[in-house]
Amino acid sequence: MTAAALGKDLVGLEFLTADQIRLILDSAEPFKEVSERAIKKVPALRGKTIVNLFFEASTRTRISFEFAEKRLSADTVNVATSISSVSKGETLVDTARNLEAMRIDMVVIRHPSSGAAQFLGDRIRSNVINAGDGKHEHPTQGLLDLLTLRDRFGKIEGLKVAICGDVLHSRVARSNIWGLLKLGAEVALTGPATLIPRELAELGVRIIPRIDDAMAWADALNVLRLQLERMQGGFIPSLREYNRVFGVTRERLERAGKELVILHPGPMNRGVEIDSDVADGHCSVILPQVTNGVAIRMAVLYLLAGGAPEWQAS
Amino acid sequence: MTDLLIRGGRVIDPSRGTDGVADLYLKDGKIEAVGRNIPAQPGAEVLDATGKVVAPGLIDLHVHFREPGFEHAETIATGALSAVAGGFTAVCAMPNTDPVTDSQATVGFVVRQSIRAGLARVYPIGAVSMGQRGEQLTEFGEMVQAGAVAVSDDGKPVKSSHLMRTALEYAKTFGIPVADHCEDMSLAEGGAMHEGLVSARLGLKGIPSAAEEIMVARDIILAELTGGHVHLCHMSTRGSVELIRWAKSKGLRVTAEATPHHFTLTHERCEGYDTNAKMNPPLREAADRDAIRQGLKDGTIDCIASDHAPHHYDTKEREFDDAPNGIVGLETALGLALRELVEPGILSLPELLARMSTVPARIFGLAGGTLAVGAPADVVVFDPARRWVVRREELHSRSANTPFLNETLVGQADLTLVGGRVAFDRPGRQNP
Repeated sequence: MTAAALGKDLVGLEFLTADQIRLILDSAEPFKEVSERAIKKVPALRGKTIVNLFFEASTRTRISFEFAEKRLSADTVNVATSISSVSKGETLVDTARNLEAMRIDMVVIRHPSSGAAQFLGDRIRSNVINAGDGKHEHPTQGLLDLLTLRDRFGKIEGLKVAICGDVLHSRVARSNIWGLLKLGAEVALTGPATLIPRELAELGVRIIPRIDDAMAWADALNVLRLQLERMQGGFIPSLREYNRVFGVTRERLERAGKELVILHPGPMNRGVEIDSDVADGHCSVILPQVTNGVAIRMAVLYLLAGGAPEWQAS
Repeated sequence: MTDLLIRGGRVIDPSRGTDGVADLYLKDGKIEAVGRNIPAQPGAEVLDATGKVVAPGLIDLHVHFREPGFEHAETIATGALSAVAGGFTAVCAMPNTDPVTDSQATVGFVVRQSIRAGLARVYPIGAVSMGQRGEQLTEFGEMVQAGAVAVSDDGKPVKSSHLMRTALEYAKTFGIPVADHCEDMSLAEGGAMHEGLVSARLGLKGIPSAAEEIMVARDIILAELTGGHVHLCHMSTRGSVELIRWAKSKGLRVTAEATPHHFTLTHERCEGYDTNAKMNPPLREAADRDAIRQGLKDGTIDCIASDHAPHHYDTKEREFDDAPNGIVGLETALGLALRELVEPGILSLPELLARMSTVPARIFGLAGGTLAVGAPADVVVFDPARRWVVRREELHSRSANTPFLNETLVGQADLTLVGGRVAFDRPGRQNP
């Protein structure tokens, strides 16, 4: 595989091959070690300028990208705004042109509209990394979930992963579905029918209406955050009932009678989609996910910048 | 006005069921004679139409001309030019302008601008309710007197069944149809494309087919209740086609139109978030597209309308969620219909011309749609076989928002006559 192995942008896992995904996961391995050093810095992206363009609130993803960039010695600028480009008066295309005019190398974009990352990528020469676009994809989250599963199980192929909750509005779900299917895992979706787009079954995922059945089937659960505004949207009657009928609780885990690995992309609503004793329990890999996030983002930045896959951190 | 003798073309007149090589003689703005070997009168211009089709000018019941209010996207004059370049001699302009066409004064404005442009006949459609707000009926009588040919609240569908009922009843007095954009807004709110696998993958909120079908069913039931004439705009789903078939089998006064993009494209066209594939109703599935084609063949769908919806390029050049709905369609309608419906043998050429001219004229009670002697000389001469590429810079509309840019279409208008006057004469058309 050549240096430009990923193409110009990382918009979604739908557009990557299994080999490209494996390349990113493999490239992340040496970067894990960088973050364990006393001096957490390598010169891989020295002289590169990166803009973190966040049109939507984010703590974890933004900080994770920023650490990844700094540990690769890139120069970074953060542009965070909770208001969309449209209400601000400047269109996304104008924002893109202005960034281009400043001769930057990469843009990490988080945006409330599906397709915004591709929109930007199609219009500027710099590399664009999607840090979450609307309800579409969040590829680096999908990748870090894959890396965490691979760490835990040794391989992805043949794994049974159930994605639980608000799939309809979740970019994490879409990136997970593509990544898992491409690497040969089996995927199930479980949650209230109002939040599971049934058409996704056509991609080769199964839909399991009841979470107990999904837990009996799965090796790992990826528990999605329930956006609290979904209740106002009329998708679920109450958070209380959601927890009782669809929540990942200790009681359910015990009933499943096996060691299920629990992932959650964060931030968690403790007591809604996941109970605290599950989130904090020995089956949870929620914090290793966060640690892997930095390594994955380092790998993506490095590969998109044209870094050779065989580069070693040592 | 010079008399014109169009010689040797394939003259197709769906209104009389005729199709054959003939001459057409136009005098004083009217059809003077149709037949073989008509002698040229002194002073008459003679045009050889060998190999061309000579037909009643095309008629489009559904366009948006943006004037007054949004002249940067289209004016009545530029829209009318786009119409005649596409072979249309008459178009009906929806009332969603600013101000809304909801009074005799605003209806009169459209009529005056149409006359001033002197190209296609632009007939105003008045709003059903004041300001398209869905509350108070507009003055249908005065608007009809000023030139309105139908009423519609267009993209703001009549939500209240009571208002729709009274509109259908009241419109009967004036012999006009109520045209409805069928969309249950509680299901469609915030939707950006058809609800299906593609919307699920792209993470865009979908508009389910049910949003259209619920209102189609309601309108049919209200047509039965009132005996009024409901015209269903831009039908897009297989379920709608079935419902209309049922309504027609009961003999109700229900007519329906479909757009070229709905009989050509499917929701996969939204891949890559191309905002030129964003329209309302949205592009649907292959089975829906096929049902629309079948509906056009068996007459369930009465006519083809473009839903010509110009947008300035700035407004389409943005995130899919934020981009406006619609595409320009007047100049691509004939070429798409010939490519998608006539070439594959779904419709014969006379059947197509019925759906693009004679039938729409009847539905809204417009002049034209016929080559009968004494009728206004609204005529199109087109090359049915010419393959041409849609180029942005060659479109006559003020906007170029179409997903068909750089595509090859089949058939193109060469000459468009409105009331016997040459409204469009394609530069470089072969004219020996």
